[in-house]
Amino acid sequence: MKVIVDMDVCKDHGQCVFSAPEVFQINENGRLVYEAEPDESLRDAVEEAADVCPLQAITIEG
Amino acid sequence: MTQRIVIAGASMGGLRAAERLRAAGFTGEIVAVGDEPHLPYNRPPLSKEALASEVTHEALAFRLRPVVADVAWRLGVPVVSADLAARAVRLGDGTELACDGLVVATGMRPRRLPVPGPAAGRHVVRTLEDARALRAELRPGVNVLVIGAGFIGCEVAATARTLGASVTVVAPEDAPMRRPLGAGLGAALRRRHEERGVTFLLGRTVRAFLGEERVTGAELSDGARLDADVVVEAVGSVANTEWLEGNGLDLSDGVLCDEALRVEGRPGVVAVGDVARFPNPRYDGVPRRVEHWSIPTDTAKHAAVTLLADLGLGDPPAGPFAPLPTFWSDQYDLRLQSFGAPVLGEDDIRVLEGDLDGEVVVGYHRDGELVGVVLIGMASAAGRYRAALNRAPVAA
Repeated sequence: MKVIVDMDVCKDHGQCVFSAPEVFQINENGRLVYEAEPDESLRDAVEEAADVCPLQAITIEG
Repeated sequence: MTQRIVIAGASMGGLRAAERLRAAGFTGEIVAVGDEPHLPYNRPPLSKEALASEVTHEALAFRLRPVVADVAWRLGVPVVSADLAARAVRLGDGTELACDGLVVATGMRPRRLPVPGPAAGRHVVRTLEDARALRAELRPGVNVLVIGAGFIGCEVAATARTLGASVTVVAPEDAPMRRPLGAGLGAALRRRHEERGVTFLLGRTVRAFLGEERVTGAELSDGARLDADVVVEAVGSVANTEWLEGNGLDLSDGVLCDEALRVEGRPGVVAVGDVARFPNPRYDGVPRRVEHWSIPTDTAKHAAVTLLADLGLGDPPAGPFAPLPTFWSDQYDLRLQSFGAPVLGEDDIRVLEGDLDGEVVVGYHRDGELVGVVLIGMASAAGRYRAALNRAPVAA
């Protein structure tokens, strides 16, 4: 599974962090950072994170 | 025979319902009917990005997961009536659709002001076409009159002002976003808009629109007359439930649902999104409609399980439906975020961190317990407060 966040669209809401904290974090500058190739066991959480992104900036491939 | 579920409404709630029905194992036919010509798209940018620059449907469209690839979308046609006892709906083009299960996801439409005057030059913001029509008129120097100081009114005011328009907001309340923010934070929000050049005329309503062919201004309840090149009506919304009339339902404020999102206890009929009026045992047993962006997803997850159980295709939901409400609003460079239910704690509002004219966390309490928080900025604190509200016991 590959996760792509369109950082031109992302506005650092951090809703994804609540759904999949293992994959998405807000860093000390308030910007989103994420793991691009998370473990398959986290798929449900990542799908949920993509659903709840207010800007719909998260794409999952594979 | 293959079972069929009809989803009335093809916006976010309808899409999420389709996804959840498939995820929960429904293999029958799903037909989603929507009056807009578009596949489901994300609406929050309509009052912000889509007014500031050209935004296509493609840019706003929700991704369609593989599980919904075989959903039959009937777009550009409304559902006009339903016979719940006979399990059938009729579409605007005369088509009759029989169904085993029905998902009510028809959402809301903007309320229009019932006052006299020309229609041209008056806008609402709900659909992509609405946003396009308004964007075409927002230019530097135009006089924009925003009626209403809720979410949409405040966001449109901020966007229009940022584009260089001259902006006046008229509303009956004494502060913008008075509900849910409360008087103190509402007043602080007003100051932030005023610093950026927005004029507020509060405690007033519009009595009439002025102009012949096209709106040129408005007359207010206090007799004042304002010039306006463009008017935006952001005065709340009306539930799209007329098509359900004749079934003996309480349609006084959306669709009344039981605790499992079944429409008045009728097996095989559920409602999702902001049209659904449901009790939230996290707070009390009072059914409420919730017009937050998170609600279509939350309700669809639960309603899909309820519906399939009613059709004999699965187990009922494991627990009560008790979503944690959440909303946000972007105005200028300000990010408002809310978790929980501030309106239930508006008699005991405290600044928890920061100050009202900077970054701030405001807490709303009921019987001394925190029931909601609103943050302006302070993004790094959001998770902590959200977790605290989530931990509070749900009295089911």
